Amino acid sequence: MQARFLVAAMLLGLAAAAQAQIKVGVTLSATGPAASLGIPEKNTFALMPATLGGQKVEYIVLDDASDTTTAVKNTRKLIAEDKVDVVVGSTITPNSLAMIDVAAEGETPMISMAASARIVEPMDAKRYWVFKTPQNDSQMATAITQHMTDNGVTSAAFIGFSDAYGEGWWNEFSKIAELRKIRIVANERYSRSDTSVTGQVLKIMAANPDAVLIAGSGTPAALPQVALAERGYKGRIYQTHGVANNDFLRVGGKNVEGTVLPAGPMLVAEQLPDSNPIKKVALDYIKRYEAAYGAGSRSTFGAHAWDAGLLLARAVPIALKKAKPGTPEFRKALRDALESTSNLVADHGVFNMTKADHLGFDQRARVMVKIENGKWKLIQ
Amino acid sequence: MNLQIALLLGQDGLTNGAIYALLALALVLVFTVTRVIFIPQGEFVAYGALTLASLQVGAVPGTLWLLLGASILVCIAEIATAIRKRALRAIPRLLALYLAAPALLGLATWWLAPLKPPMPLQVLLTLALVVPLGPLLYRLAYQRLASASVLVLLIVSVAVHLVLSGLGLLFFGAEGSRTPAFSDQVLDIGTLRFSAQSLWVIGASGCLVAALGWFFGRTLYGKALRATAINRVGARLVGISTTLAGKLSFTLAALIGASSGVLIAPITTVYYDSGFLIGLKGFVAAIIGGLASYPIAAGGALLVGLLEAYSSFWASAFKEVIVFTLIIPVLLWRSLGKRQIEEEE
Repeated sequence: MQARFLVAAMLLGLAAAAQAQIKVGVTLSATGPAASLGIPEKNTFALMPATLGGQKVEYIVLDDASDTTTAVKNTRKLIAEDKVDVVVGSTITPNSLAMIDVAAEGETPMISMAASARIVEPMDAKRYWVFKTPQNDSQMATAITQHMTDNGVTSAAFIGFSDAYGEGWWNEFSKIAELRKIRIVANERYSRSDTSVTGQVLKIMAANPDAVLIAGSGTPAALPQVALAERGYKGRIYQTHGVANNDFLRVGGKNVEGTVLPAGPMLVAEQLPDSNPIKKVALDYIKRYEAAYGAGSRSTFGAHAWDAGLLLARAVPIALKKAKPGTPEFRKALRDALESTSNLVADHGVFNMTKADHLGFDQRARVMVKIENGKWKLIQ
Repeated sequence: MNLQIALLLGQDGLTNGAIYALLALALVLVFTVTRVIFIPQGEFVAYGALTLASLQVGAVPGTLWLLLGASILVCIAEIATAIRKRALRAIPRLLALYLAAPALLGLATWWLAPLKPPMPLQVLLTLALVVPLGPLLYRLAYQRLASASVLVLLIVSVAVHLVLSGLGLLFFGAEGSRTPAFSDQVLDIGTLRFSAQSLWVIGASGCLVAALGWFFGRTLYGKALRATAINRVGARLVGISTTLAGKLSFTLAALIGASSGVLIAPITTVYYDSGFLIGLKGFVAAIIGGLASYPIAAGGALLVGLLEAYSSFWASAFKEVIVFTLIIPVLLWRSLGKRQIEEEE
């Protein structure tokens, strides 16, 4: 009898101890098609601080295999079983969009690491709970078209992934290009696993555009560019920020020289002027990441995860003053604290969130980068 | 579309078609001999390409660990069987085959990889690392189930595919690799320009097909495989070991897959999971041949390659849709045109 009482008391004690700490639930795409984005994010969570605002933090990291159903299932599990205080994820847009309903239903704040603006716009009762860290596609597309018009480009061709990423970019780019009077002469698609894009490239070459925009992410984005180079295309080539990792340079080799792309400032942190506050934050993250995973291993995607950590580091102490972790009040307070984030310098920009804008980045969140001698070079 | 574009697309389609043809032949071979629908066929393509790529940067490829692990498992299984059958004298031979030989290969790889040997040696080493995985896989996953139904074997194939692609992610990472071309030369014939690499692909595929033809037509082992494909029971009655036939067909499938991988690695970026889609297109071609006819499967593969090339020009967003829709009229034609013969299970 006594033993049983003891066990019960111990269990109660354990439960109380578990209640006291903050739980961060993470679902990301560490396997499947988005693995090249998800793996650096997963690595980054291993570097996150063990305490926030003096309170112990437990990170529960789950893999959703780049699959929407699994992402939703993970989110339900994190909220219902693990009773997390905040959900971070997922890596890609389709997963994040599907998770919004679950997070809102569980009244748990969610920070997405995916790019599309649709995750936080238009603001409604569900997106009330949702925040995101990467720059919006439209922000990046504006930068590209700006660079095009500045350099006298009047006609452009588009080739993108045949998925949500390519489609999203096509929508943004075609809209902004029309405003800027850039004629789009070809619109092609290819898939990440294609072994050849000869057909699409021949069609683009026949249309003879001043510039080609390739909307792909990671190393698969090198395929059309290599094919264009092999066929002797001489115009300008633009890529999106999806390619900003060193594997792209490795696979593209000399064929991607001279490519121009918009990117988060973290990619070229060393080249930023010292007056830029982002430089210090980004270099700090890069130092920690490369100390753990080797020189040159940095990735802009991992930095999106780190930025989510920075947001939490700012918001958690504020929320702790209002309520205890593990309660609905704490989650509400955390959400309010996230929404009132102002002037938080992160790897990819400066967060100034408002009720209507749950991203809060401005022009400082993107730079134009050129590939020179196999390195990323900041265009001043 | 002018003539030049049409010819360029044709060239592209033939290059890809040649690879699909090789894979289709391997699929037909494995299915006729063992009744296994070999979904992991594509994995050998990815493993071949990525193993070569890691050798080229001077790293020891992860394939080696898989090979060593699989050999040790097979060794344990074989010795257990030998003890049960009281055939203790076979044990030294088993140890030499499944422990000493892979260990030697491992040492050779470990010693050679950082030296960055010349290209032909790298290719040989790649084949030496990837091809043994074929028979090892057969021993571990399929041999005990050799008489199970086609459906069970298919389910096992799906499992093997998932395991191999998961290990591929672990070994080679999420990002793809590309290897330098065998030669950078370009051949101009009239207005048409051929890259030497695509000629390599078509030429090597042709040679492999011819070698397979010779193997099946002229050698004892080839004839044994053909006999097993035609009638398993009959083949056993005349003393052909079905286990040997299974291992042999898997070795050939792995050889074909790994060579395809080595051939396409310079043309395109290969990822740990690229093999599946390439294998699936080979499968479409094999279906056109009814999973039985080699020449029709090879012709179907060229058709798939050409269809893919031309549809990527006309309607790039629907390329895969068009290629995989091809299977529907083929199935209709096959099911309407012939009387169904249900295989006894």
